[in-house]
Amino acid sequence: MWTWFHKLASPPHFYRIAGLTIPWFSWPALILILVGLYGGLVLAPMDYQQGEGFRIFYVHVPSAIMSMFIYSTMAIAAGIGLIWRMKLAHAVAAASAPIGAWFTFCALATGSLWGKPMWGTWWVWDARLTSELILLFLYLGFIALRSSIEDPQRADRSAAVLALVGVINLPVIHYSVVWWNSLHQGSTMFNPGAMSIQMKWPALAMLFGFMLYYGAVLFVRLRAEVIRRERNAAWLREELAR
Amino acid sequence: MNLSDFFYMGGYAAFLWPAYGLVLSVLVYNVWSARRAHQEARRAAVRRLQMEETRS
Repeated sequence: MWTWFHKLASPPHFYRIAGLTIPWFSWPALILILVGLYGGLVLAPMDYQQGEGFRIFYVHVPSAIMSMFIYSTMAIAAGIGLIWRMKLAHAVAAASAPIGAWFTFCALATGSLWGKPMWGTWWVWDARLTSELILLFLYLGFIALRSSIEDPQRADRSAAVLALVGVINLPVIHYSVVWWNSLHQGSTMFNPGAMSIQMKWPALAMLFGFMLYYGAVLFVRLRAEVIRRERNAAWLREELAR
Repeated sequence: MNLSDFFYMGGYAAFLWPAYGLVLSVLVYNVWSARRAHQEARRAAVRRLQMEETRS
């Protein structure tokens, strides 16, 4: 098991295996997202309070969950990188950050587009919205910190510390609708019985589609990171000659 | 349901379609930018290796 793990973590192996794995993520992702779109826009019944407007749910909630899921992955990878000095783990954190930042942006923007017709405002400084905005700043701070430090190892370590400190924000986002009196509605995805299965399944399809999509994009970015970090190795010479 | 009803979305079209459009464009952009980063890294590595060869 450990030898297998070490082998996978070696750059040439990882580069090749990641390349072979990408289609196994990207095609199911595409299919699930298309199914989720059709289910959410056409098949799912209309909400009795919010009418057709509630259909923003199917892009908003999966994006928001992804914004937190990717941050958790990034922080765990950063932690592994700090403790075991594993370069590939730092690369996972670095490659995740831009994807996570974009999902956070999507969650905020679609939330704003949902808030306007339902609450009558694009934005309120409420606990849920503010903590999600802080998440975006954490991602951007992580990216900026990495790019501002010349030495890659120091950049890895400093950014990892930032990522770990930012983890405090995750429970704040999740429980913000419980702890504070919020304009934002409570959780429907994680609350059994809050939503009928006819309404819920397209969101789940979309969420799993987004997760596989993240896997695919992450692997493409990781391959770039592996090349960037590898200095004059024979395998790279061979790989690039192809 | 006919097609114009579908696009009208019960009056929420002005909010719903931008939301979907935005998320889908972000998804496409992320794929494009990741692939570009990969290609860019490959090109930079080729240059790096060539420099090392001419030096040695």
